[in-house]
Amino acid sequence: MHNRACFRKGGLGVIELENVAYSYGGGELLSDLSLQLAPGSFHFLTGPSGAGKTTLLKLCYGALRPTAGYARLFGQDVRQMDRDAVALCRRRIGVVHQDCQFLDHLPLNENVALPLTVAGQDSAGQAENLRELLAWVGLTERGEALPPELSGGERQRAALARAVIMSPEVVLADEPTGNVDWEMSQRLLRLLVELNRMGKTILIATHDLQLIRAAKAQVQARVLRISNRRLQTAGADL
Amino acid sequence: MRLSFETVRALGRGDTAADRVVPPTGFTARLTLFVAAAMAFLAVFALALSLAAGRLATSWGNELARASTVRISAPDGQRAAQTAAALRLLQQTPGIASARALSEAEQQALLEPWFGPDLPVASLPVPQLIEVIETPGGYDPTGLRLRLQAEVPGAVLDDHARWRKPLVAAAARLKMLGWVSALLIAAAVGAMVTLAANAALAANAQVIAVLRLVGATDNYIARAFVRRFTLRALTGAAAGTVLGVVAVFLMPSGGETAGFLTGLGFRGWHWLIPLLVPPLAAAVAFVATAVAARRVLGGLS
Repeated sequence: MHNRACFRKGGLGVIELENVAYSYGGGELLSDLSLQLAPGSFHFLTGPSGAGKTTLLKLCYGALRPTAGYARLFGQDVRQMDRDAVALCRRRIGVVHQDCQFLDHLPLNENVALPLTVAGQDSAGQAENLRELLAWVGLTERGEALPPELSGGERQRAALARAVIMSPEVVLADEPTGNVDWEMSQRLLRLLVELNRMGKTILIATHDLQLIRAAKAQVQARVLRISNRRLQTAGADL
Repeated sequence: MRLSFETVRALGRGDTAADRVVPPTGFTARLTLFVAAAMAFLAVFALALSLAAGRLATSWGNELARASTVRISAPDGQRAAQTAAALRLLQQTPGIASARALSEAEQQALLEPWFGPDLPVASLPVPQLIEVIETPGGYDPTGLRLRLQAEVPGAVLDDHARWRKPLVAAAARLKMLGWVSALLIAAAVGAMVTLAANAALAANAQVIAVLRLVGATDNYIARAFVRRFTLRALTGAAAGTVLGVVAVFLMPSGGETAGFLTGLGFRGWHWLIPLLVPPLAAAVAFVATAVAARRVLGGLS
């Protein structure tokens, strides 16, 4: 199925890519790609390693700008936005990286609260939010630990807590279960499904087909596949 | 990031949480403090030098500009007559406010630094000196020389211009060099802070990536670095200024007969000028870090 199936003209996607291409170092990594993330939808993005999943995710949160086509975040054309406008938009998008990306000199609770800190929210306002979130991801006892002291699963759960602490409308996760065992990946999936049931839009880039099958048993998820630089809707076998 | 009153207030007020997002860098911090202190110390000396040179130029200019000397070199029998003739001529010359012959004691005092207190001036063929004070309009030195030559053959007019001008020019040049040194010191502080800020920003590329990921604006990221370097420069410069002022204060004083070196220091309200050094160093650091941060953050995707 061609990538047009992933985009509905005049739609109300919170994140929209329209005929997007992205080139780097003279080579085109993504070509004529369109994607629309409707509010409250659940998407998986799959494809072989190096297919451009992370690049597509970065286009979705404004870390990269398309070399052709349009990328719109909450209706705003990324090309018309300066870096600060993108940064403000990013507060509405929670991002979970495969390598989590923490500030290693700060304890876990300060890392999780970092989006609130940079948004200028005072520590009194943060405390309650933070307590609830750490309990939700099962890290109440690990608040004072430094990131290097955490296990892979703890880091992923902490990264998810940080991604949602601003109560974003969209959560983008890049291989969130890449470094954890099956049990932990199921736990993370349950958290993401729970977020989707709360109305959040979810896009997960993964090559873990078992995870996708497990998710489809719990939530109505759409599976997209990057192949030959283009985006396709995956077959019914997934 | 602009240097406004609100920005300065925010810098002073601080933001503990924002300060913590950038990891501490002990070595760079100590280096910045040390260089800021050393530069402030040197700046205080440059200022002291410049102000002392300025005072000297003004003093030489004022003291010598309106004074001239007529020297009467004549045989013993004619000296008194020529002196009287010269005084008469001088009193009739337009542009001369007063003229008087120096007494023997005054001449002896002038020679004392070279020949000692026991010099028998009366028994030596020492020329008679006449002190001439000009009116603000001044006199015509060429015309006066010609008249003296015609009427008082032993008289020689020295209007001090010959050696006053180069001295005043040298003092003025020294004053300018002092200010140039202070400017160069400020530029060196700026360059040092730029290098340190660039190094800190480059070393914290990963921190910047994380901050951007969670929605930090460039202004927020820059502020974390700018505040840190500004406060370091302010602290270092304050310490260096205190040491510099103490060192200048402890310079030996020559009292009333102070020469240039013994007069090197601040006088009166000039002691307040070094107080400008720490805030200026902080302002230079603020601008240098803000510019460096803007450039580095603009270069990072």
